[in-house]
Amino acid sequence: MRTATAVAAPIEAHGHNHWSPYVDNGGTTLAIAGEDYVLVASDTRQSDGYAINSRYEPKAFVLSNNAVLGTSGCVADAKRLCEVLEQRAQLYQHKHDRQISTPALARLLSNTMYNRRMLPYYVFPVLAGLDSEGRGAAYAYDAIGSMERVTNSCFGSAETLIQPFLDNQVARNNQRGADPERLLTRQEALKIAIDAFTSATERDIYTGDYLEIFIIDAAGVHKETRELKHD
Amino acid sequence: MSIMQYNGSAVVAMVGKNCVAIAADKRLGQRALTVDMDFQKVFPVTDRTYVGLPGLATDVKTLSDRFRMRVNLYRHREERVIEPETFANMVSQIMYERRFGPYFVEPVVAGLDKKNKPFICGMDLLGCLNYANDFVVSGTASDNLFGMCESLWEPDLEPEELFETISQCLLNAVDRDAVSGWGAVVHIITPDGVITRDLKCRMD
Repeated sequence: MRTATAVAAPIEAHGHNHWSPYVDNGGTTLAIAGEDYVLVASDTRQSDGYAINSRYEPKAFVLSNNAVLGTSGCVADAKRLCEVLEQRAQLYQHKHDRQISTPALARLLSNTMYNRRMLPYYVFPVLAGLDSEGRGAAYAYDAIGSMERVTNSCFGSAETLIQPFLDNQVARNNQRGADPERLLTRQEALKIAIDAFTSATERDIYTGDYLEIFIIDAAGVHKETRELKHD
Repeated sequence: MSIMQYNGSAVVAMVGKNCVAIAADKRLGQRALTVDMDFQKVFPVTDRTYVGLPGLATDVKTLSDRFRMRVNLYRHREERVIEPETFANMVSQIMYERRFGPYFVEPVVAGLDKKNKPFICGMDLLGCLNYANDFVVSGTASDNLFGMCESLWEPDLEPEELFETISQCLLNAVDRDAVSGWGAVVHIITPDGVITRDLKCRMD
């Protein structure tokens, strides 16, 4: 007769029964909102554990209404989420005969994510575009769709490195006498985004290779690619 | 949660032009509960060498006392004051002595040597030394500190510039860490003496 222990032992011996549907592919995305523009920057490294899958796999996507969706977390989920959001933006256009506004798209993204409350998209998005008054608008989300309009935000593997820096340099926390309400100019925001990523690349193994920067303003979306360290 | 995160702490040291700085937060907690807002984590070793001890508070107390005893014994035997690099090796040895039952502290040493050359180093809880010529960080806010230091630090800062840099690094790092902060202290070690300042900061 077999004992209970003899049956139970081999199950734990195999490591295959702890499969997870979620993968963290690393990488970092940040957004900085200004008076008449908004900036999204993300690195292009895609990794799985210690392996680098790709050195150039962008994770910020331009949507049809000139908003940019910056992502981090699981790439598969991020791409699917972007597809679903774009589809729903198209449906909106056909139904209302006008392009969806960024604030409306922001709410739509929140709802899209909350729809999957029990099996969430493993994505931490930032959505950036212009609001109805033409001001820069950035929205930050958690994986289940809680959203907040922000002037700066950073998600991903280097968020612990970059977010305190943005608090200090964009929101001007702990700077005595500085005006916390003053928004950054385009050049300042660009400089800070580049600084943040070059610094994060030094210490975070999941961030690096290339930096893609999107600047969204009334004229449209302007993309710029820079090199980061490849190590 | 690891025992290293039980009390919460943040320590950073930086090199400047003929000066070094070491700074730490003041919080002592038990997980999320704050118990003390004036807990000492940076200790003077000599007139120009300081040690920061982030980690488990009970070991911070034990180690600071052991270091004091060993430094006093060194002074009596050698009839001279210990150099920062020698002290770092002493700390490393004391840590490694407990290889299989370690003190849960990751010390940071900062000081000026007899030629006024800056010296800083960090180490893990087993005593593995990590020399640096820019900055070292340690404690629960170490990731945040890495991000801040990597972007704010630059070479050859004068004492007052170094004070501003290390203060901004520490303050903004602890503001994004739930278990450190609640006050901070900065020591700037120069050939002319040590400037110690307490920082006012967010208490949440």
